[in-house]
Amino acid sequence: MSWLNAVELFLQTAVQMGTPLLFGTLGGILSEKVGHLNLGVEGMMLMGAVMGFQVGVLTGNPALAVLAAGLAGMIGALIYAVITITFMGNQVVTGLALTIFGTGFSSFIGAGLSGVSLPENVQASLAAVNIPLLSKIPFFGPIFFQQSLYSLSALVLAVLLYVYLNKTRYGLNMRMVGENPSAAEASGINATLYKYVHILAGGFCCGLGGAFLTLVFVPRWQDNITAGQGWIAVALVIFATWNPLKAIFGAYFFGMLRGLGFKLQSGIPIFGHNVVIPAQILDMLPYIMTIAVLVFITMNKKKENQAPAWLGSPYFREER
Amino acid sequence: MEKEVFIKLENISKTFGPVKANRNINLELRKGEIHALLGENGSGKSTLMNILSGIYSPDGGSIMLDGKQVAFDSPKEAIEAGIGMVHQHFKLVDVLSAQENIIAGQCKGVFINKAKMTESILTICKKYGLTVNPNKKIYNMSVSEKQTVEIIKVLYRGAKVLILDEPTAVLTPQETRVLFEIMRNMKREGCAVVIITHKMNEVMEISDRVTVLRKGESIATIDTSSATPEQLTELMVGKAIDLDLERVQVDPALVKEVLKVENLTVLNGERREAVSNVSFTLSGGEILGVAGIADSGQKELCEAITGMMKIKSGKVVFKGENIVGLSPRDIIKRGVSLSFVPEDRLGMGLVAGMNIIDNVLLKSYQNMPGLFVDRKEGRKKAEEIVQRFDISTPGTNQIVKRLSGGNIQKVLLGREIDLEPELLITAYPVRGLDIGASYNIYDVLNQQKQKGVAVLFIGEDLDVLLGLCDRLMVMHNGKIMDIVDPKKITKDEVGMLMVGRRPEGGELYYD
Repeated sequence: MSWLNAVELFLQTAVQMGTPLLFGTLGGILSEKVGHLNLGVEGMMLMGAVMGFQVGVLTGNPALAVLAAGLAGMIGALIYAVITITFMGNQVVTGLALTIFGTGFSSFIGAGLSGVSLPENVQASLAAVNIPLLSKIPFFGPIFFQQSLYSLSALVLAVLLYVYLNKTRYGLNMRMVGENPSAAEASGINATLYKYVHILAGGFCCGLGGAFLTLVFVPRWQDNITAGQGWIAVALVIFATWNPLKAIFGAYFFGMLRGLGFKLQSGIPIFGHNVVIPAQILDMLPYIMTIAVLVFITMNKKKENQAPAWLGSPYFREER
Repeated sequence: MEKEVFIKLENISKTFGPVKANRNINLELRKGEIHALLGENGSGKSTLMNILSGIYSPDGGSIMLDGKQVAFDSPKEAIEAGIGMVHQHFKLVDVLSAQENIIAGQCKGVFINKAKMTESILTICKKYGLTVNPNKKIYNMSVSEKQTVEIIKVLYRGAKVLILDEPTAVLTPQETRVLFEIMRNMKREGCAVVIITHKMNEVMEISDRVTVLRKGESIATIDTSSATPEQLTELMVGKAIDLDLERVQVDPALVKEVLKVENLTVLNGERREAVSNVSFTLSGGEILGVAGIADSGQKELCEAITGMMKIKSGKVVFKGENIVGLSPRDIIKRGVSLSFVPEDRLGMGLVAGMNIIDNVLLKSYQNMPGLFVDRKEGRKKAEEIVQRFDISTPGTNQIVKRLSGGNIQKVLLGREIDLEPELLITAYPVRGLDIGASYNIYDVLNQQKQKGVAVLFIGEDLDVLLGLCDRLMVMHNGKIMDIVDPKKITKDEVGMLMVGRRPEGGELYYD
């Protein structure tokens, strides 16, 4: 096996490791683009992870498992949406509470699931496939298109979301809601409806992200299986400057960093010495990068790259 | 000829907590008329129009449209009924282009057809005589351009009723004339145009009929042609008011130079020159007015003099001492006082969530001895200010943000004047105030002037600046265009200077 094959294999894993991040990031973008900072990504991912696995085990039906995962994330998002939209609760506190709730919920449901393995047919139908033609592209083909359909759907979803945001009227209306809900309402947009729909859709994405771990990547249930990936996704939303295409890059890049973390724990030979980089250092990398990006976007002041203007603030139409 | 009635509001009521904003208001709009809604601040004009445009839902009363009763649960429904409103604070998204702001919420189909949208926007522009660059981002636009976008937004939705909330507050005289032309075009197209204002000359110039509101009630609706400004003012305020501004005479002994600004240059947050090479002097017993379109460096000039903003170069000499580099606190101690009323009224100077006493104490507590704050003295002072400036509040314990706009401004100005400054800088002190309250404030400024205080008055209303000030400084883009004699210059000429155009002959108006 040549070094090129090794790199190929490594990057293939990076895409897999980036997939939950990408789902989570897209979920975060959906929510933040309507002006709602949802720190509950980690919680929704865990809810999705455990429900997906549970339904997969019970029914042996991969489609139902994936659907259950998305719906579980969506229920988490619904709790968040009701509190922050209808009752105008504090978004940060609600998001944090959702994460704590999701963690507890997943541990509760998953208590009897450790050690249980996923039915063969579910595993098989979610295993990596060769996409005709595309997987034949030299180098890139195997990395991106010799993957589980589950991974691929994240990639497709990101592209679709980009088109949705920038080319369709729904996307325009949605951006308007996130920037200035009172302007949106004055333009005849139902801001509350847009917020609910997109926050719930975001929750669905997060649920899918979590279940990728339990259905494809691991595939087992372990307590707290997401291990902070939801938080990286929250950071990635900023890293990607709320752009789904940049989110693809960001998620795979951080997936690669995580992959690198596993490799580096065993040490790499440099000038005859076996240098061991502690995994903790690599775990820090996403956050350090995010801080750097935050500094950068505050410095360059390009208005288009800033957070949606209304992010984090409740909206009440009859506010005086 | 009697025009057809289009909209009829009957017995509209709306309360916000303890405040009755609208009480049984009746209003009738006809097709092809310009209808002025005249009233003091807090008289319920904006509330009423927000009800008509579906933003607030009324507590009582009915809206009749073409003879049929309607109820709007959201702005969307009002828009569909053909009612559009241009709000005082524009409802636009900065990072989107004019076109995106205009079409949002309105296009059919899934994908946006940009070319077709641009075309339909330009068609509307042509029909009503408007100009706009559809692809320009809002954050690159001037205030009047933004207003144009708002108007097109309403027209694009096929509005047959256009409501303009204080549209001329931010415009130069030339821009106002263009706006009035657009309004007349709309009238010719059969639309009903409502203009909310408290400027009497505009009511007389543009409207066909005028409805006067006072304290949430509709007082009268009259044909403008049969009304006089005095009569309307009396209806609006409830008593006769002298509308003449007085340029009071002061004891010449008091007139000596207090402030001298030399070649002042200030950079703003984005490191651009917000004030560039500005020089002027100001004497005690004098009101120096500053005119200029929004963001021409007025705010930065105020903040530079009071030490809140770093000065790049130049001198600020106060009573012979260069105060550049001193902390704001030291500058206050020397007798310089700033009351800046920002657009949202609460951004600077007062803490919205604190009560009147604490806000009054904010500046004077530093002069108190010891560790603890003496609230008794603060209460006394607050009560004095409340009485002296006739602030309507349930008590000095009232949280400032619960007061009406005019009263908030009085608290701010009252506190500053209470400190007995030698230099009083006041920016937009009458922003959004009603006539009565405005004239109160002009009187206060004149009193200060007579006491020998040097007053720097940054204002918006050119009529007031020309009537009240001893000299008028016109700023454009951070530079002083000219310092003119208000007795010799016309409003139009000031308007030209404000947009950076100098009349033939250069410094013709320099005194």
